[in-house]
Amino acid sequence: MADVSFQDVTKEFPGATVAVDRLTLDIPDGEFMILVGPSGCGKTTALRLVAGLETATSGTITIAGKNVTHLSPRDRDIAMVFQNYALYPHMTVYRNLAFGLRQRKTARAEVDRRVTEVSAMLGLDELLARRPAQLSGGQRQRVAMGRALVREPKAFLLDEPLSNLDAKLRVQMRAELKRLHQQLNITTIYVTHDQVEAMTLGDRLAVMSAGKLQQVGTPQDVYERPTNVFVAHFIGSPPMNLLRATVAEGGRAQAGDLSVDLPQVPAGPCIVGIRPDSLSLREADDSRPALDFDIEVVEPLGGELLAHGLVNGHLASPDTREETPLLAGDSESRAEITAKLDGRLRLKAGERVRLAVHPGEVYAFDAATGDALR
Amino acid sequence: MESGTLIRADRPLDLEAVPERRPRRWPFSPWHFFLIPLALMMLMPLVWSVVTSLETASEAQRFPPVLIPKALHFSNYVDAWNSLPFGHFFLNSFLYSLATVAGNLLFCSLAAYAFARLRFIGSNLLFVLLLVTLMVPFQVVLIPTFLIVRHLGLVDSVGGLIVPNLCGVFGIFLLRQFFQSLPVELEEAARIDGASRLGVFFKIVLPLSAPVLATLAIIQFMWSWNDFLWPLIIITTPEHSPLQLGLSMFQGSHVTNWNLLMAGTVMSQIPMLAVFLFAQRWFIQSIAYTGIKQ
Repeated sequence: MADVSFQDVTKEFPGATVAVDRLTLDIPDGEFMILVGPSGCGKTTALRLVAGLETATSGTITIAGKNVTHLSPRDRDIAMVFQNYALYPHMTVYRNLAFGLRQRKTARAEVDRRVTEVSAMLGLDELLARRPAQLSGGQRQRVAMGRALVREPKAFLLDEPLSNLDAKLRVQMRAELKRLHQQLNITTIYVTHDQVEAMTLGDRLAVMSAGKLQQVGTPQDVYERPTNVFVAHFIGSPPMNLLRATVAEGGRAQAGDLSVDLPQVPAGPCIVGIRPDSLSLREADDSRPALDFDIEVVEPLGGELLAHGLVNGHLASPDTREETPLLAGDSESRAEITAKLDGRLRLKAGERVRLAVHPGEVYAFDAATGDALR
Repeated sequence: MESGTLIRADRPLDLEAVPERRPRRWPFSPWHFFLIPLALMMLMPLVWSVVTSLETASEAQRFPPVLIPKALHFSNYVDAWNSLPFGHFFLNSFLYSLATVAGNLLFCSLAAYAFARLRFIGSNLLFVLLLVTLMVPFQVVLIPTFLIVRHLGLVDSVGGLIVPNLCGVFGIFLLRQFFQSLPVELEEAARIDGASRLGVFFKIVLPLSAPVLATLAIIQFMWSWNDFLWPLIIITTPEHSPLQLGLSMFQGSHVTNWNLLMAGTVMSQIPMLAVFLFAQRWFIQSIAYTGIKQ
């Protein structure tokens, strides 16, 4: 068991593609750290850098205080679970599990003991004589986990390990992963683009975009206090609604119909963000800021419903890579937003309702940099 | 149920009668009118050589050829075996073929793996240069090869047959293409598990490449077994001759014992057939690569 640390790590691929850009991140011993971000954000490359499958262009990576930046994968004492499991197709489950131990010249009796122990823990005892081709997706996933566990490595690296499973199995394995981590308490780095996995599994999240680390924090922290418009939009499902706004002197922001007091925000253009679940139908005696909403599509989810529709105003882009996110949205004077409302409401497409939002639940971001303003 | 089948409400549905699935077809396709004569044409030389091997010397000389001899002279096989040192020929051919197969499997796979997976400066250029040599006919490099082999002191020896053929560009090309199709994650997983580069190669890559290795082995075996030109250049004594060269001894400058030559030829092809029948298993056997979920 060990802590893992990135110090100013950059990985550049030929053709000047910067996959990881000056990443600094400390993962203490025993933590379940999630690297999350859209595809191509550099999260898998960061993981492969820890594994030693890629070599950093600059910066240092340490595992348990030891600089491993230029060590080969086998000298790092880590284990990795691949997205496609990468089980050796010509070996039985037993030999798949034992392979890593045998490579390290572990005594036969010890190999046998550890394989038996891990296969019992993961419910693989009955499958030891089978080959990967004879296993179901969930069983393969377990074998891949077992192959990592059996080595008792310093750290676990998991690269979207659940993405090939069907929805039901994914939920089941997610819980199992969490239970395993609580039981073994091994430093784990888990790469995913699925934010449900990110929110439910991680002790902390590291949100990445375009090779850069955007924010690190506990899932709740990242959700409630996003540092910039990208994180705000990426974490949360459905994503946060982003509208262009203009703030007058005194902090009154106007975004289409919506007029809301944002006292800490300086005058000028900005982006306001409202999470879909912060919106609700305006009551008769409601004094909260409100806006007209023309429903286009209603998606009932049982306890709640998602309503997609149009409001007056302009959409803003969450892409902080562009210099002026405020201007990057479309030029329509109507913006499509999503509201998560009470499932008991009977709403229909084509209806116009008035939505209200608590001023405390309105986020504001800098129009130029995308950084959070409050 | 096929589309277009009507179920009428006024009649009970007769489940037995429903499946007239396919219209009656001819037991052969029109292609057979073309393919069967073509197959006969291909078979003709084989049949002719087997028939000739069972004829008398005078029948074998006749033209048009006698395709139904008066009697079958199996003694031709005994005569052929006794008139030349066939034991030596077979031994030399086996040595030549097995050694070149082993050499090609080892050296071609190592080179192919380097070209498929290792990143080194000029690897692509080097590979293209290798491929270019495939375009050069053997006759062009025959004399330089001979000079090198003579320099090594291997003229008129089985070693002289084997050494220049231990590694071929074709094998490197074939295996490289296959190695590139293997999922790289398997090798990465093995490296993380603690295997060295060579460990990954021998424990993961080669076992997964059994079908293509078998293919290369058969192609190389056939090629070495049937090789005539290189043995003709390098071998001068019958004791060191492989089969194909030895068979040519039936061809004198004035008289050719066609029946004995054909008996020898038929005998020489038996190991080839055996290898092919044995190896067919490998061609047909499909190795399941489903340890990787695509």
